[in-house]
Amino acid sequence: MDEIRPYNATERKGETFSYLPPLTPEKIRKHIAYLIAQGWNPAIEHTEPEKAFSNFWYLWKLPFFGEKSVEKVIAEIEACHRTNSGHIIRLTGFDNFTQSRGTAFIVHRAGY
Amino acid sequence: MAKTYQAGVKDYASSYWTPDYIPLDTDLLACFKIVGQEGVPREEVAAAVAAESSTGTWTTVWTDLLTDLDYYKGRAYRIEPVPGDNTAFYAFVAYPIDLFEEGSVVNVLTSLVGNVFGFKALRSLRLEDIRFPIAYVKTCGGPPNGIQVERDRMNKYGRALLGCTIKPKLGLSAKNYGMAVYECLRGGLDFTKDDENVNSQPFMRWRHRFEFVMEAVLKAQAETGERKGHYLNVTAATPEEMYKRAEFAKELGAPIIMHDYLTGGLCANTGLANWCRDNGILLHIHRAMHAVLDRNPYHGIHFRVLTKCLRLSGGDHLHSGTVVGKLEGDREATLGWIDTMRESFIPENRGRGLFFDQDWGSMPGVIPVASGGIHVWHMPALVNIFGDDSCLQFGGGTLGHPWGNAAGATANRVAVEACTDARNQGRQVEREGKEVLTEAAQHSPELKIAMETWKEIKFEFDTVDKLDVSR
Repeated sequence: MDEIRPYNATERKGETFSYLPPLTPEKIRKHIAYLIAQGWNPAIEHTEPEKAFSNFWYLWKLPFFGEKSVEKVIAEIEACHRTNSGHIIRLTGFDNFTQSRGTAFIVHRAGY
Repeated sequence: MAKTYQAGVKDYASSYWTPDYIPLDTDLLACFKIVGQEGVPREEVAAAVAAESSTGTWTTVWTDLLTDLDYYKGRAYRIEPVPGDNTAFYAFVAYPIDLFEEGSVVNVLTSLVGNVFGFKALRSLRLEDIRFPIAYVKTCGGPPNGIQVERDRMNKYGRALLGCTIKPKLGLSAKNYGMAVYECLRGGLDFTKDDENVNSQPFMRWRHRFEFVMEAVLKAQAETGERKGHYLNVTAATPEEMYKRAEFAKELGAPIIMHDYLTGGLCANTGLANWCRDNGILLHIHRAMHAVLDRNPYHGIHFRVLTKCLRLSGGDHLHSGTVVGKLEGDREATLGWIDTMRESFIPENRGRGLFFDQDWGSMPGVIPVASGGIHVWHMPALVNIFGDDSCLQFGGGTLGHPWGNAAGATANRVAVEACTDARNQGRQVEREGKEVLTEAAQHSPELKIAMETWKEIKFEFDTVDKLDVSR
């Protein structure tokens, strides 16, 4: 019987994909391409880590309605990060058919 | 010209077999699978079913002439052979909408699966499907919140939800039970669940359970920064007791409660769904007793009908079977009823056992819950079959982890995120499942040990209730 490993103290997490290693730039590109291929509108939200539990984060500019370019979305994430270093940044795909969000995941974790 | 009264017995077919009838958009349509008694023509048997489930009885009565039965009667309008089966046939029956009380699934079932199932002229009878007209759908409350509202409230996007039923099913004290809940939730699950038989037994009264469980939920939520819930089972012996428990769950800040809609009954369920809508609480639905009704291919009510009844009565989650786990469920048939739970319009598709188009209009969808004998190795198939709008529940597959609940929860969370990630990256998740999980396990010792523990467990028994196809 293998040794039982104790489970570490509970850490703060960030919903979807936060139990995986931070997404690499290449993976983020493919996730954005997937989001766009679903017909969703990319949007960037950010917050101070201590306010992350709220439903409402700061919206970076406006959702990029109809944006098809992965590179433009990446450039906006980087611009948001430069202006708000230390903030958690997430990418959201607004789905206007369901009037909800098709996906949302963190692209910059706190402290990165 | 008024009709005259003649006492006596008439063939059912003379009034209730109407092959030229074109169903109205407002008719409720039903498809029955029937085996008749030998020597009775199929048209007569189909007409008998239409009659006995609507306005007819075995003999003529004079009071028939006080109304316009042609307006109210059910009509058998089509019969079809069952593929691969010489004994049974399908009968299609159209019922005028005014036969049924608005917003009452109870009333619909009392007619359609009432006396007629004990009728001697039939050897066996099964209700295969119902088309509820949109006019009737609009009279029902439906899911109190629906898929999108649940996602928004729980802040879960772009992946399947994860749950776990706390085991052992029976016998834990409330505080130990709360501990098991806390460990699961802090490990990364979104939900934990009361097993269906947990109501309020001597070993753990409901109030004690609710208090300890909600402390666990709120603590795990504060620590992880993620929204968490536990399906507090409010199923009870009486409606009064059920509402009392629901009120207390709300008082404690529970985001979700639970009901067993068949054993508890559709009257209680519809009432509780209304209560949940009024109080902003999600409603998880268990389906104990369903296999009694739906498993025998020649008798009872198909699960796709029970699914439609629940969507009308109200519930935000409903167990759907897993296809791959320990419980019954044919893949195509399951896809048919999970579409029926989630989509707004589902076209007829015999390949999935759907006999009619079904239009739900704006009625919210229900999240299918896959639960029963599943573990991390099933995750690639589950993500592929169920997609994001589903809740995957690993009971033994969480609690049976060699390092405990929190590690088991993490293993499942890593697995679902890895499979979802791989899908979005354009990979074939089901085919490449082993590689996807093995890669993810490199960063997760919890997943690695789970994969070693459950490598060999499979449930490869043939399905009893198959779709009817020529073999």
